[in-house]
Amino acid sequence: MIIKTVKQTAWFFVVPVVLLVAFNALIPLMTVVNYAFQETFGDNVFFWEGLTWFEQVLNSDRFHDAFLRQIMFTSIILLIEVPLGIVIALSMPRKGPWVSVCLVLMALPLLIPWNVVGAMWNIFALPDIGLLGYTLNSIGIDYNFTQQPVSAWITTILMDVWHWTSLVVLLAYAGLSAIPEAYYQAAKIDGASRWAVFKWIQLPKMKRVLTIAILLRFMDSFMIYTELIVLTGGGPGNSTTLLSIDLVKLALGQFDLGPAAAMSLIYFFIVLLICWVFYTLMMKNEQQ
Amino acid sequence: MPLYQRLVPVIYILFLMLPIYWLLSMSFKTTNEILGGFSLFPQDFTLENYIEIFTDPTWYRGYLNSITYVLMNTVISITFALPAAYAFSRFRFLGDKHLFFWLLTNRMAPPAVFALPFFQLYAAIDLYDTHIAVALAHCLFNIPLAVWILEGFMSGVPKQLDEMAYIDGYSFPRFFVKIFMPAIASGIGVAAFFCFMYSWVEMLLSKTLTSVAAKSIAATMTRTASTAGYELGLLAAAGALTIIPGAIVIYFVRNYIAKGFSLGRV
Repeated sequence: MIIKTVKQTAWFFVVPVVLLVAFNALIPLMTVVNYAFQETFGDNVFFWEGLTWFEQVLNSDRFHDAFLRQIMFTSIILLIEVPLGIVIALSMPRKGPWVSVCLVLMALPLLIPWNVVGAMWNIFALPDIGLLGYTLNSIGIDYNFTQQPVSAWITTILMDVWHWTSLVVLLAYAGLSAIPEAYYQAAKIDGASRWAVFKWIQLPKMKRVLTIAILLRFMDSFMIYTELIVLTGGGPGNSTTLLSIDLVKLALGQFDLGPAAAMSLIYFFIVLLICWVFYTLMMKNEQQ
Repeated sequence: MPLYQRLVPVIYILFLMLPIYWLLSMSFKTTNEILGGFSLFPQDFTLENYIEIFTDPTWYRGYLNSITYVLMNTVISITFALPAAYAFSRFRFLGDKHLFFWLLTNRMAPPAVFALPFFQLYAAIDLYDTHIAVALAHCLFNIPLAVWILEGFMSGVPKQLDEMAYIDGYSFPRFFVKIFMPAIASGIGVAAFFCFMYSWVEMLLSKTLTSVAAKSIAATMTRTASTAGYELGLLAAAGALTIIPGAIVIYFVRNYIAKGFSLGRV
């Protein structure tokens, strides 16, 4: 641990980053704030609306539904991806030539552009000509993700698991490879069971990286847009319309800029709040 | 390790490869064959789809445009993030912790929230439809990430290194470039990899900010849906080609990705 010295001039190092990020973050954010509290009919003429849009969004069934779907989606993928990622990381070889092969192949989905991920799963799951859809239908399971909400949800979750479990695997694996061999030998001498080794040695060592994994997966799954719009377009009906998709529909589809801006702020605020809780917990852990 | 446990990664990798195999297989089929019915292998093997992409400038320019803004973004992000990360890892200053969290909040901003305001902002400063616009917009989430990763790696370098260099009479810029940067070279590599990755996969902002001159591959790919019905073969070939740059980059950093994902702090 490095003992930091107090030095106010260190600000000079940070100024370029602050300026660049502030330019990108604050100006668009203020645009959103402008639209959220005012009504406009173009020509830069604005009328003060106060909290009208916020009340409208917070009281609308549409927002509640999208929000509930979002929570459900994020919970399901976290519940699948985190344990699955840990199991895979535990089963991976520790050394040897296969480690690199495994890591490269597993990291591959992470580097595929998001619209391609959506398109790839779309043609993979098409009921009549896709490998997944055709196989399921030919073994007698009625599956059509463009028509049935349940199929659409399963496909969406499968896609996300396919896309992001590797992130959890890589992180958990990084945590595991930092455990010295001596720990395992000591456990062996003590005659510890496989479960005891996991619970008392491996899990505590992975705690930090797993927090990062959960944080990243939470943030990204709350923002999911591109993959989903290509795969299902939010349908059938509104069954897979998560927050981002609903927002874009509202802003660009109906051009309801006021409610869309209010919804943006609420949406951003929710993500911030949950991440702040995570972040504080993480920092507390680190200081211990 | 028991046998069943060794099978877990194998099964997982097979699961990962299936959709990719399907994409590749489709890309070698003709549109007629794809729509004609299900076939596990291309019956009528064709390179037609790839030839079209490589001969039509509107297609291959999409790739060149995307790679251009991704590289620009990586260079900008790393250059700006290096001094900031150094300050965060070495010094305590007024508001440092709040600033660090504020930077991270930008990584949390949903791009869907910012798409429209970004369009207005970059149109207002006459940068709409240029590579630099996308490169700057992607800094929103890449700079915080780069600062976070680099700060982790820099905290692993003992402070004595800085002090020794100072005693030896190195000026600060010379110390930073000649001694400090080589010491965290793997960290810079990992941070660059992440910037490349997130800029390459992000498609909402890049599509919003470009139209003709700097049109990204994502925007180009939507063409397959509009012209002459739905050209699945062409779409598959275009998709398959987007995997290549990522695969090349992973190969180079394969020994560092695990460490990089933990942001250098395992």
